[in-house]
Amino acid sequence: MNITVCVKRVPDTETRIRISEDGGDIVRDGVKYVLSPYDEFAVEAALQLVEAAAGGQSAAGTAAAGGQVTLLSYGPDAAKESLRAGLALGAHRAILLKGEPTMDGWATAQVLAAELAGHDAGLVLFGVKAVDDDQQQVGPMVAEVLGYPCATSVAAMDAGDGVVTCRRAVEGGFEVVEMDLPAVVTVTKGRYEPRYASLRGIMMARRKPMSEKEAPAIESGLVVDRLEFPPARPPGRIVGEGADAVPELVRLLREEAKVI
Amino acid sequence: MADVLVVAEVRDGRLRSVSGEAVSVARGIADSLGCTVDVAVLAGPGSGDVAAALSAQGADRVLEIGTGGPGPATVAGSAAALAAHIGACGYAAVIFAATAPGRDLAPRVAAKLASPLLTDVVAVEVDCGEIVATRPVFAGKALARVRATRAPVVFSVRPNVFAVTESPREGVVEVVAAGGGGDPGGYRVKGFEASEGDAVDVSEAEIVVSGGRGMKDPSNWHVLADLRDALGDGAALGASRAVVDAGWRPHAEQVGQTGKTVTPKLYFAMAISGAIQHLAGMRTSGVIVAVNRDADAPIFGVADYGIVGDVFEVVPRLAEAVRDLRQN
Repeated sequence: MNITVCVKRVPDTETRIRISEDGGDIVRDGVKYVLSPYDEFAVEAALQLVEAAAGGQSAAGTAAAGGQVTLLSYGPDAAKESLRAGLALGAHRAILLKGEPTMDGWATAQVLAAELAGHDAGLVLFGVKAVDDDQQQVGPMVAEVLGYPCATSVAAMDAGDGVVTCRRAVEGGFEVVEMDLPAVVTVTKGRYEPRYASLRGIMMARRKPMSEKEAPAIESGLVVDRLEFPPARPPGRIVGEGADAVPELVRLLREEAKVI
Repeated sequence: MADVLVVAEVRDGRLRSVSGEAVSVARGIADSLGCTVDVAVLAGPGSGDVAAALSAQGADRVLEIGTGGPGPATVAGSAAALAAHIGACGYAAVIFAATAPGRDLAPRVAAKLASPLLTDVVAVEVDCGEIVATRPVFAGKALARVRATRAPVVFSVRPNVFAVTESPREGVVEVVAAGGGGDPGGYRVKGFEASEGDAVDVSEAEIVVSGGRGMKDPSNWHVLADLRDALGDGAALGASRAVVDAGWRPHAEQVGQTGKTVTPKLYFAMAISGAIQHLAGMRTSGVIVAVNRDADAPIFGVADYGIVGDVFEVVPRLAEAVRDLRQN
């Protein structure tokens, strides 16, 4: 079974955000970019699924046996760097839809779905959310456009016989769901700790196919008026040292903050 | 004038508190625009009491939306029924709760309506008849003021952010037959495994007790669990990324940019140094209390109250003091 993983290049979570002078965007210069952490879980999930289908061979050697893993990203030219990193982990090919995604996940979903409609993927994987806009919506929207079933927030899955069985992290526990393929899955932290790229993987990645094309122009239905920093918190205070400070803390929480 | 619709969530026969908050948001928008508030409740048991609660908070009409079958509504069936109703009524805005079920449902409805979706909205205003929503980006490191250029404006509200205002209405209850073609199938729920943990999710808890690497070992978590228990039913445990990555705590408890963003009225950061991605996830809490051995830990920069000291001495004493307080 072939799997397509949709990935996004985002600022590293340790980045300190600066807002541009006109307030319309963050300052992009000097920002370190990474593959969105949940997308890394999705890539790892895809690699483990094709490895399982190939009877345990590493993904690097499973060009056909267990199916191909394709990485798909909608983003600027620089996103090729993130795609190359995913190829080094073992994905077989990558596609870049060149453009500037906006906060409008519906516009992004239409761009991705138009491309995915031409793929023969049995599974389309996403990270449960991208850690920049945090909208958490593109996966299920793509599923709607393609008419596929969709399981969100999946911590572990197994595929076979035309179905995928997913363990979804839901409120208060895990829900087990079976879906007919083709299907869309959004992946969260669980079974899929990302592997490290091997030196051989990094060398091989340079020769793997990476295609690029212009993304279809779809107008954003959202207008960002401006970005601003959250209001600064009033300066706090150190109540004291050690357990002796507890009575004063409790008094403050009760009488001043009125929260207990 | 097109009206405002809230999609309310009912859990165990009771209206979720965030849905009440959403109704208050809708009431505010409707009063500015001069329109009415509809609340959709997906068919399920106990919706009678729910309708009364919704009317007290400002619902003009409560709509029981049929989802086409006798069993519990599936997300795909619910999305189809809601989209059909919304399409037929032409709302100005549709409001969901940013809960786990809301995050599952809202994107599907928005896609069927071909509308953008704004999630986790923390402020709403009406500017010259246009709805402007504020939502966090980069897990709260910045806030974006956003407007949608197409109606309906579809958004979800973050729990614990908006106040509930009483605004009693007659609250007509109407039943809406299932529309939209139902669940296309291909998705079958096979089982549920309850995990041990808090009755309330960390993202909706009124009080969060979070632990970090300084807790030294997962076997020490009973110290934090005891404080949580002392604080009552609305309290839940949280965790830093470091302890989740180490496998000490489940990811469901993780607070931060690669976990959950929380807005409790009271947040305890116990033995958490305060990495930037953790601060992003909890800095909008009402009151922040930090306990850490290191007086220079960045967490003290956002804490309202700090104690420099050993969590294993401070936290048990704190739990005891809270119990004394609650008993008197």
